[in-house]
Amino acid sequence: MGEHIIKLPDVGEGVAEAELVEWHVKIGDIVREDTVLAAVMTDKATVEIPSPVDGEILWLGAEIGDTVAIGSPIVRLKVAGEGNAKPQSGAKAEVVATEPPAKLPTPKPESAEPAANAAPKAGMPDAKPAPAVSKISTQTSVSSAPRPEGEKPLASPAVRLRAKEAGIDLRQVAGSGPAGRIGHEDIEAFLARGPQVAKASGLARNDAIQDIKVVGLRRKIAEKMTLSKSRIPHITYVEEIDVTALEELRAALNKEKRAAKGGAERPKLTLLPFLMRAMVKAISDQPQLNSLFDDEAGIIHQHGGIHIGIAAQTPSGLVVPVVKHAEARDIWDCGAEVIRLAEAAKSGTATRDELSGSTITITSLGAMGGIATTPVINHPEVAIIGVNKMMVRPLWDGTQFIPRKMMNLSSSFDHRVIDGWDAAVFIQRIKALLETPALIFVD
Amino acid sequence: MKEISCKLLVIGAGPGGYICAIRAGQLGIDTVIVEAGKPGGTCLNVGCIPSKALIHAAEEFEKVLHMAGGSSPLGISVSTPVLDLGKTVAWKDGIVSRLNSGVAGLLKTAGVKTVLGWATFRDGKTVAVETETGTQIIRAETVVIATGSAPVELPFLPFGGPVISSTDALALSEVPKKLAVVGGGYIGLELGMAFAKMGAKVTVVEALPRVLAQYDAELTRPVVKRLAALGVDVILGAKARGLSKKGDALLVETADGKSSEIAADKILVTVGRKPVTEGWGLDQIDLDMAGKFIKIDDQCRTSMRGIFAIGDVTGEPMLAHRAMAQGEMVAEIVAGHKRSWDKRSIPAVCFTDPELVTAGLSPEEAKALGEVKIGMFPFAANGRAMTKMGEDGFVRVVARADNHLVLGIHAVGQGASELAAAFGLALEMGARLEDIAGTIHAHPTQSEGFQEAALKALGHALHI
Repeated sequence: MGEHIIKLPDVGEGVAEAELVEWHVKIGDIVREDTVLAAVMTDKATVEIPSPVDGEILWLGAEIGDTVAIGSPIVRLKVAGEGNAKPQSGAKAEVVATEPPAKLPTPKPESAEPAANAAPKAGMPDAKPAPAVSKISTQTSVSSAPRPEGEKPLASPAVRLRAKEAGIDLRQVAGSGPAGRIGHEDIEAFLARGPQVAKASGLARNDAIQDIKVVGLRRKIAEKMTLSKSRIPHITYVEEIDVTALEELRAALNKEKRAAKGGAERPKLTLLPFLMRAMVKAISDQPQLNSLFDDEAGIIHQHGGIHIGIAAQTPSGLVVPVVKHAEARDIWDCGAEVIRLAEAAKSGTATRDELSGSTITITSLGAMGGIATTPVINHPEVAIIGVNKMMVRPLWDGTQFIPRKMMNLSSSFDHRVIDGWDAAVFIQRIKALLETPALIFVD
Repeated sequence: MKEISCKLLVIGAGPGGYICAIRAGQLGIDTVIVEAGKPGGTCLNVGCIPSKALIHAAEEFEKVLHMAGGSSPLGISVSTPVLDLGKTVAWKDGIVSRLNSGVAGLLKTAGVKTVLGWATFRDGKTVAVETETGTQIIRAETVVIATGSAPVELPFLPFGGPVISSTDALALSEVPKKLAVVGGGYIGLELGMAFAKMGAKVTVVEALPRVLAQYDAELTRPVVKRLAALGVDVILGAKARGLSKKGDALLVETADGKSSEIAADKILVTVGRKPVTEGWGLDQIDLDMAGKFIKIDDQCRTSMRGIFAIGDVTGEPMLAHRAMAQGEMVAEIVAGHKRSWDKRSIPAVCFTDPELVTAGLSPEEAKALGEVKIGMFPFAANGRAMTKMGEDGFVRVVARADNHLVLGIHAVGQGASELAAAFGLALEMGARLEDIAGTIHAHPTQSEGFQEAALKALGHALHI
């Protein structure tokens, strides 16, 4: 028998380290070749680490949330044969994160007991001989709280005084003593824990606190949002757009697609491709909106290629797949690419390349409703366009109210490089294009 | 007219009032207490203390009397004893006087100002006190009514002449040859037995079918037996109807509806006590009442803000120690502490011969709540009781059958009153039978009977 050390493989994409987001195994597990051991995250893509050999897990070299350098040992396995390491090699992951290494689980290789049996016991309290159960102790019960109306809680005068002074209704306190007697320790526990049940309503009050480590995609999102909001002075501009004509056009195009032979090749158009094309046209007038601002270097990288990030909610969190070179895509192409990327993002198969490189972003909470949002700029971009819910609203045409399909755009700009005036001009240009959609198609 | 202001005014310096004032003084509250009589109230002056003094004197006299008869199994013989009740009462008054000055001293030490006189409410914050030197107006933020109780007078047997109250009985200078006691409650029997021991021919007239009706028959049986041994006639189911024309007999209607006369030098009327709710201006403040008592909540607050009431004026049980506990609690509430009445038991003691003590629920009350276990241990099996010639009586413990929580403890026997502390403590602490059984009780004492009763309820008494 020998030991096999698995090091964090080069997960590609030129990264030097990756964040461990999930363990699929625990110490003592028997794994086979290709069993997925762990998942690590690089930028926004998750990569699974399979086992290259059969064996039994002896040691796990990092905790969830740790950043592990490529090439660091992360798993030690007991394998048939010599393995690739000596037991005393003391393999230890080079943990870059702040987690103290003392927390890492370390099995005792010298233990004669099979690790598979030993592992579950590690978490159990020391086994003690069962106390002799007397006839009387079987009658001992912890009195439940709250007590029925009229039942006096059992407690000594000192306990009652303590409760009174602490403002505790003893009927709410469970007694751990004989016959359900409430002791000082029960009061202390109650004070520490708080009442388990709200007195007045009878509805259960939940004081549980679950500590959830912010790891993986959520950590990435948190870091990104903190960066954006702490570095970028946002200005948000909200304008309403009459999309009645656009909707008519979109409906006609979708109908034509269904009617046309072979129309299945063309995707059903949503509003997004129109907005993207409108943005392309507006950016041609104001190219500074399609920029990345390197504030440390003091340089605005104004891009010719318009790479539009589409913020998408996935089961694991917010990701932003990127429609590259929107300036070179027609409306159908834009629509198809949006659909493809959205599916990839939701299924978790989007590549790192598909999830990076945007120069301007669209975010949409439209499906949820809401009249305005304050979108957070996707750092280091300088603009983000937010789409709100389209709804039929009355519009005064000078003589009467007429129903129109209206939609708000809530858009944020980096006020360091985009003045409010320019932001307004940009949105007004998009408004004009969307309200007269034919202009989108006129070069 | 003099005026003083204070934070707390206590009306009545009985056990409730003086405790309240002392505790308030300890807590730094500017306190005034008003009392028309001597400090200590009924309990100290005409109740607990003097009656127990007289009861003790009677016991001592009776013991010696037995020795004089040559019937003492202890082998002691003396010549015929003579009781000088005047001296006995003077001795009793000496004790009362010492305690009076003791209470006055405690009030002074606590910084409480005492005003002697009769207090009358003018409004909820103002009281006028008629003192020897004139009317004293006292304005207070908070007032505690502790006016206590007084003996109930029967309209057809008004106090005066041969008809005496318990207060009068404690001041008699001679032992009446024939004493009729109207009322077979604890006051009537305590005093009736004492006078019987001192040589009076005592007849007790009780309207109910048995004496000491608030206790269960099992518990009172040794007392009934002793009444007979002392030659006390007990007429049950009989109603007092008045005084004979000559004033030398009590007219009685017996259970069968016949009239009879009970010859008596003195007729002691002990048919209960009533709260003192008159004469101090209750009408001026119009408090809500609970029957004849002042209505209070669990903090002894009355229906008027800033006015508390404690003690006998607030209801049953009319016991000094209840009033004391209420007084202490109210003082602390006034001082801003969080307090409310949460007592589990108010033990009650009856100083008959033998003595009775009860704490918590009676067997019947406990059974009404569910299945119970009862353990009883007779003093006949207790070494200390034997050496004191006090084998009559027992200790009885009643507990829940399911978890052995002790619900009630009772005893009847010589010196049983001193067990009240243990009984009260056990109930207040929430003891189970196992707690009492598991506590070492000193040997040889009568309190061993308490432990044995708990063991009996658990099914393994050791000495029976």
